[in-house]
Amino acid sequence: MTKPNVRVQSQDFDLSAESRTLTEGRADIGAVVSFVGLCRDEAGTLSALELEHYPGMAEAEIRRIGETAIDRFNLNGLTAIHRFGRIAPGEQIVLVIATAPHRQAAFDGASFMMDYLKTSAPFWKKEHRKDGTAGDWVSAKDADDRARDKWR
Amino acid sequence: MTKLVYFAWVRERIGKGEEEIDLPAHVKTAGDLIAHLATLGEEYENALQFPKAIRVAINQEHVEHDEPIAGAREIGLFPPMTGG
Repeated sequence: MTKPNVRVQSQDFDLSAESRTLTEGRADIGAVVSFVGLCRDEAGTLSALELEHYPGMAEAEIRRIGETAIDRFNLNGLTAIHRFGRIAPGEQIVLVIATAPHRQAAFDGASFMMDYLKTSAPFWKKEHRKDGTAGDWVSAKDADDRARDKWR
Repeated sequence: MTKLVYFAWVRERIGKGEEEIDLPAHVKTAGDLIAHLATLGEEYENALQFPKAIRVAINQEHVEHDEPIAGAREIGLFPPMTGG
């Protein structure tokens, strides 16, 4: 029974190292699909994003989503890492790697993970602006809810 | 006593990240809890004036507003999530 590797951390992560950890010594993996989400600068106006999370629940919720993805798409490996704290434009925020015998399951597994992560994992982004004015909390998007609902 | 934890703008508006409170007997569901807290002062009212915008977790799992809160160790109140 495949278990998801889930980490919630302030430090950065290394895609190639995480991918190698999932695939090393394995001969049953035919497809590796990875997604990395980065912090944008919003046309030069943003100095950083502050990511707040619900400690404990963040890990638990990502694990629940990951277990569902493994079960639904028959993944044979899954890693999900989400950072918290202050993250500058260009830095990495989130990583999902899904592995499966064939490509479609790996694509779908990674896509499913991200659609649910965005709407169900307890993280909130606050903007810090370059001009020093108080930034806003990022609003949830209906498009993200629709992206999640297409899996139902 | 029930432990309440707040995040993002709910936390900022209430002015604290967590607290332990005694709940009156008529507060039976997550929705009742939001309505009750909104009567506790201006900062609570400001944070919770649009109940539909508030998400609730009991013991670190998402629940709907009609979920009973009896026996909850920890209840989290927060805005819609924006991770990823």
